[in-house]
Amino acid sequence: MHPGNALSYDYTVAKCFMFATILFGIIGMAIGTLIAFQMAYPNLNYLAGEYATFSRLRPLHTSGVIFGFMLSGIWATWYYIGQRVLKVSMAESKFLMIIGKLHFWLYMFTMIFAIISLFLGITTSKEYAELEWPLDILVVIVWVLWGMSIFGLIGIRREKTLYISLWYYIATFLGIAMLYLFNNMEVPTYFVAGIGKWYHSVSMYAGTNDALVQWWYGHNAVAFVFTVGIIAQIYYFLPKESGQPIFSYKLSLFAFWGLMFVYLWAGGHHLIYSTVPDWMQTMGSVFSIVLILPSWGSAINIMLTMKGEWSQLRESPLIKFMILASTFYMFSTLEGPILSIKSVNALAHFTDWIPGHVHDGTLGWVGFMTMAALYHMTPRLFKRELYSKSLMEIQFWIQTIGVVLYFSSMWIAGITQGMMWRATDKYGNLIYSFIDTVVAIVPYYWIRAIGGLLYLIGFFIFTYNIYKTIACGRVLDKEPKSASPMAV
Amino acid sequence: MFSWLEKNPFFFAVAVFIVIAYAGIVEVLPNFTENARPIEGKKPYTVLQLAGRQIYIKESCNACHSQLIRPFKSETDRYGMYSVSGEYAYDRPFLWGSKRTGPDLMRVGSYRTTDWHENHMWEPTSVVPHSIMPAYKHMFKNDADIETAYAEALTIKKVFNVPYDVPDGIKLGSWKDAQEEVKAEAQVIVDEMKNEEVKKAFAKGEIKEIVALIAYLNSLK
Repeated sequence: MHPGNALSYDYTVAKCFMFATILFGIIGMAIGTLIAFQMAYPNLNYLAGEYATFSRLRPLHTSGVIFGFMLSGIWATWYYIGQRVLKVSMAESKFLMIIGKLHFWLYMFTMIFAIISLFLGITTSKEYAELEWPLDILVVIVWVLWGMSIFGLIGIRREKTLYISLWYYIATFLGIAMLYLFNNMEVPTYFVAGIGKWYHSVSMYAGTNDALVQWWYGHNAVAFVFTVGIIAQIYYFLPKESGQPIFSYKLSLFAFWGLMFVYLWAGGHHLIYSTVPDWMQTMGSVFSIVLILPSWGSAINIMLTMKGEWSQLRESPLIKFMILASTFYMFSTLEGPILSIKSVNALAHFTDWIPGHVHDGTLGWVGFMTMAALYHMTPRLFKRELYSKSLMEIQFWIQTIGVVLYFSSMWIAGITQGMMWRATDKYGNLIYSFIDTVVAIVPYYWIRAIGGLLYLIGFFIFTYNIYKTIACGRVLDKEPKSASPMAV
Repeated sequence: MFSWLEKNPFFFAVAVFIVIAYAGIVEVLPNFTENARPIEGKKPYTVLQLAGRQIYIKESCNACHSQLIRPFKSETDRYGMYSVSGEYAYDRPFLWGSKRTGPDLMRVGSYRTTDWHENHMWEPTSVVPHSIMPAYKHMFKNDADIETAYAEALTIKKVFNVPYDVPDGIKLGSWKDAQEEVKAEAQVIVDEMKNEEVKKAFAKGEIKEIVALIAYLNSLK
């Protein structure tokens, strides 16, 4: 870099991950929509023999969306934000460029094998950690490569102080590394017994202990992918897009360290009324409620960043995406603690309220924020004006309606089924058989599936808009400072 | 202090790690010293049952069925005695599930029979009208993987001291012994089944997935 000149950043890897985000977004959400329709209309289970039943596709949907769409999104933004807040270009280091590209290609390679293996039914059955040991090792290598990229870039930085977003990226990296390693401890059976399938393994933990480790992982993978990684994005993109500084540095500090300390205790709320000791269930419940504080701390900090500038919400669909995302974040982080209250959990656990809760978080918060991030990055990565503002508006409303249909139908279905499961007549006999409760909620499965379909349609509109931007958006002569330029 | 951390990425990362690792140390580790002890009379799975368990996992049955009965009257009335920790001592991995799209299966062996499962897997609506479960007809065609099940049993015996080959316990023995055991066990189930293809295949020495799966489901009591 010559003194006085603006740095030109190298976005090769960011672009790769951006395309991966869109690709896995389509795959993951399309499978999600399909399995939603399968629950309403079971004949759809037979589209591809044994390979397309709900049960085989469900892990593909969750892994595809979490580790395909969301993680790619986090990495796309890392390779964009990282350089900019550290004031250093990846092109300055050959080593980091190689690490970045290797990170991307090894990740794609891992994802392809993950998809194939899940289709074949090769799974460990642990939710969000279904991959067998050979793929687990690949995942670890991919993760280490990302770590090298983070700390490598930090190592050659010009900006001494780490911006808030970087705190969150570092935390995502460390948190998932720890959780993933411990939860995926397994013994490959072939190497002990010398017989059977080489890729098969058995968990290091048994029964209740296995459950404890799994939900310590499962809940906190949500923490460090769905929450921490996404907050990293909004702390950068919202101030950039709106031209407003973050409302409060102290609140950022409080929210960050609070979140780090409290989040991992809350995993126990998945095990309420299970066979883990009572004090752990209580801790899970109590810490889940305490978790409202740091979660809302971030959300309020983000909302107040728009103080006095709410008119931007009317003018820019991009701001709208981000503010709606934060609103869903607040909603979801209030709903979670409510579900962790023992008496509510007794009703809601095992019902559709739970997928409902997950989806107002993922569709509303993660999905909207990720798409907003890509919308913001595209004009800067490709030096082009966003293709269509009105398409963005249409997409926004279609997807918002989709999310609302999704969570409201699942609330009703969950509470209905929970109440029916426990209903007794005046002699204390159960009134309903299990199948009665299923029949009662099938109409809500239809509504959910339609909600999911709307969201998917919105995602196709998003993809088209991005494609048109890259292919034929008006060329920009210089990088926009704040609000992303968009054609009508 | 915090502004100092923000300029020193190494110490920042260490601080984050300490803060997040703390919960695991307090909440997760203590249980490892106590639990996973089997209740009185609990035996490990036989090789055929393990093969069935692997099929249960392969098809992600746990995505829709739980194996955890909570201590409420509505659940104990419907599914049987509530679950206790020691019952899961040989469950690697645990299969509690997180969502009931279908009913709990923790004690399904107590109230469903071989031919009920056979009909259910072939055509769920034949035994449960309005069921939204898919049929699993391919289980009647695919062979169960007894070798991998044996490998798993031998592994947990060697690595985790799961009590196979003890007096009054489950016999594992050599691969050859195990094959004999599996055959005898499968014979009982095949005899109770109606599907001719499965019977014919068994006569030829093939054990279909459905046979192993039913062995596993029947063991859930």
